[in-house]
Formats: sequence, C-alpha cells, structure tokens
Amino acid sequence: MTSVNEDDRNDIEELLPWHATGTLSRRDAQRVEAALANDPELARRYELVREELGQNVTLNETLGAPSSRVMDELFARIDAEPARRRAAAGLGVRIGEFLAGLAPRTLAWSAAIAAIAILLQAGFIADIVFKGSGGYQTASVPGAGKGDGAYALIRFQPQASAADIAAFLESNKLTIAGGPTAGGLYRLQIAPAALPKDALAARIKTLQGDKVVGFIGAAN
Amino acid sequence: MQTTSDEVLIGRIAGGDRLAMQVLFARHHMRVYRFLLRLVRREATAEDLVSDVFLDVWRQAGKFEGRSAVSTWMLSIARFKALSALRRKPEEELDEETAATIEDQSDDPETALAKKDKGALLRECMTRLSTEHREIIDLVYYHEKSVEEVAGIVGIPEATVKTRMFYARKKLSELLKERGIDRGWP
Repeated sequence: MTSVNEDDRNDIEELLPWHATGTLSRRDAQRVEAALANDPELARRYELVREELGQNVTLNETLGAPSSRVMDELFARIDAEPARRRAAAGLGVRIGEFLAGLAPRTLAWSAAIAAIAILLQAGFIADIVFKGSGGYQTASVPGAGKGDGAYALIRFQPQASAADIAAFLESNKLTIAGGPTAGGLYRLQIAPAALPKDALAARIKTLQGDKVVGFIGAAN
Repeated sequence: MQTTSDEVLIGRIAGGDRLAMQVLFARHHMRVYRFLLRLVRREATAEDLVSDVFLDVWRQAGKFEGRSAVSTWMLSIARFKALSALRRKPEEELDEETAATIEDQSDDPETALAKKDKGALLRECMTRLSTEHREIIDLVYYHEKSVEEVAGIVGIPEATVKTRMFYARKKLSELLKERGIDRGWP
C-alpha cells in the first residue's frame, strides 16, 4: 500500500468538496480517486464531505421560493425600460443589424430596400454593394451564386439574433449569395469550389447543428 | 447542454426578446433567490435583489461574452447585489430580524442534540457560518461551481478558494463540536 505524505494529503483533502460534486478536472479527479483508494483516513474525511454536501443541498432546497410578485415586478420594470439603443455602428454590428432586418416578419416588404451585398470571409467584408433606390434588390454578391462553388439554401431561426447570424457566417466562412425568397430562404455559398456529394452533405449536416439554422439544404 | 441553451437565451435577450427572458427567469430564479437569501438572510430583501439581478441580465445581455456559464455570470451579479445590500444594512440588524426564521437558537447544546438528528444540526451550523463561509459552501455544494468558477464569482485566486473552503468546513466542524458532535476532524 502506498503511504501518503502529509503534504499530498492536505493538497488532496482541499479538493474533496469538488470531487464530491464532480467538478474537478479529469486529472485531479484521478489523483483524488487514487489517494482515496490508498488512504483510509482520507476516505473517512471524504465521507464527511459527502455528508456536508447532502445536508447543504437539503438546506437550500428547503429555503422555499420567491413570491410571484418578483416576476411581476421584474417584467413591469423591463417593460418600463427604454427601447434598446442601437449600438454604435461598427461594421460587424451593421452587418448584424442588416441580417436582423432581413429576418422573417421584420422583412415587411413594404419599403424599398436598398440592396446590399455582403461578403464575409474570415471576418473581412469584401464588398458591400448598394444598388439604386428604385426597387428591391436581393442581397447578393455580384456573380456569386451562379459560378463555381458549393451552395445551400438556408432559413434562419426567427428568434436568431443579428449577432448570432453574423457570428455564424463569419466563423463558418459563409457568404450570402442570394435571397431572400418569399419564404425567407437565402442562397448561401458554403465553399468556394464545388464539393463532392458526400462532402457537401457532411458540410450541411455540420451547419445544421448551429443554433441559428432553422433549415438548410443543398442547392444547385 | 444547459449552458448552450442559456447562451442562446442570452443572445435573444440581447435582441430584446422578452419571451427568452421569461424562460431564463423560470430556469434560474430559484437558485439565484436561494443564493441571495443565504447571503442576506431576509426573504423580502432577497426577492427585491432577484428582481435587480434579472433586470441587470436584461440590460447587460448584449455585453455577455460567454467566458463563463450564464449561471456563473448571474451568481456574480447576485453576489455583488447582496454585498451591496449588506453594506447598506448591517448584517447584525438583518440577523436580528430573521433570527427566528433560521433555526431555533435558544436551546443549549444538550437540548439541541436531543431534539435534532445530526443532519439537522449540520444544517443549523451551516446557517451560523460567516457570510464568507456560507457563500463558498453554497457555491461549491449547492451551486456545483468548480474552483475556477468560484474564483471568478468571488473574485479571489483559485488557491484562496481552496483554502477558504477548507476553513469554512473546519469552522463547521467546530460549530458541530460545540453542539456535542465530534467528527474527528480536523
């Protein structure tokens, strides 16, 4: 049996509460497990920790709950808050707000919307194209969506925030190549060159897992 | 999994989504309330502070950077609010107001031991720890925060978190001993 020196024991003993709640790193947890297996006194002290844990949970669980007035007052205060101030228009913020503006419902179709082309490549905006005031233009990169490359159709979650969408596009190096359609679909360039069918499916599956994605499917 | 969902909610709250705020409130208000109540020891004060905490969440959601779990962030806000409230009102005064609601405090050790089992005495002793020790015991045991998370919430080095927890537990054993229970540690 391995003898445990006092310094080691003190070091391990300090970790016991976190070992009991399972919040130690794997490495530390293994250290504690090994020490507990070889040191009966430490194991006894660990049982004291577990006893404290159980009673602390019981104590907290019997504290009751706040009254319903808390929620009522909170939301009354929230409703009394001034409308959220628009952030100073940094480039990322403007892109985010643009995307939010195109989200379903908020895209009212009532006003003529200047067309903006967005190219987000590794955090860099390659081009923003404004077209004339006469009518609605899709948000598309000139020439994009027709040439080489792999494309998908995407519909964002209605609740997705502008910041979420901007981050999603940037982190995945995606470009909006067209849209929205009447159904709120956008054409998305997901790779600069055409992808084999399996690779395309895998890429789309990965993107599908993002919180901002409502629907995504391969496009021609 | 829960953390990711909370982060999504915070993103929506940053965009002014009231429904997301309701979901977040429903998910976390109980734990925030209990954390606050253990610190300020007064239900009405804890309730007021819960409202303050979530209003701050509403206002600051856009600044949340995801460097910690949302629950950890909220407990940090709650802690700040609680300590501010305690500074405004001396703890002794709060204790007097709430003494009766914590546990009966009039029994001598023998009577208390006769009346209660060891678990009940342990819980009573937990209510008698200092604010600093109550806080760390709750964060570790009930709120299941890691050493790193506690350090972030309390604003102390990780090594201090470990030693403070150790001394909180040691004090707990001493309080138990005063009530007739010797745990053989420390």
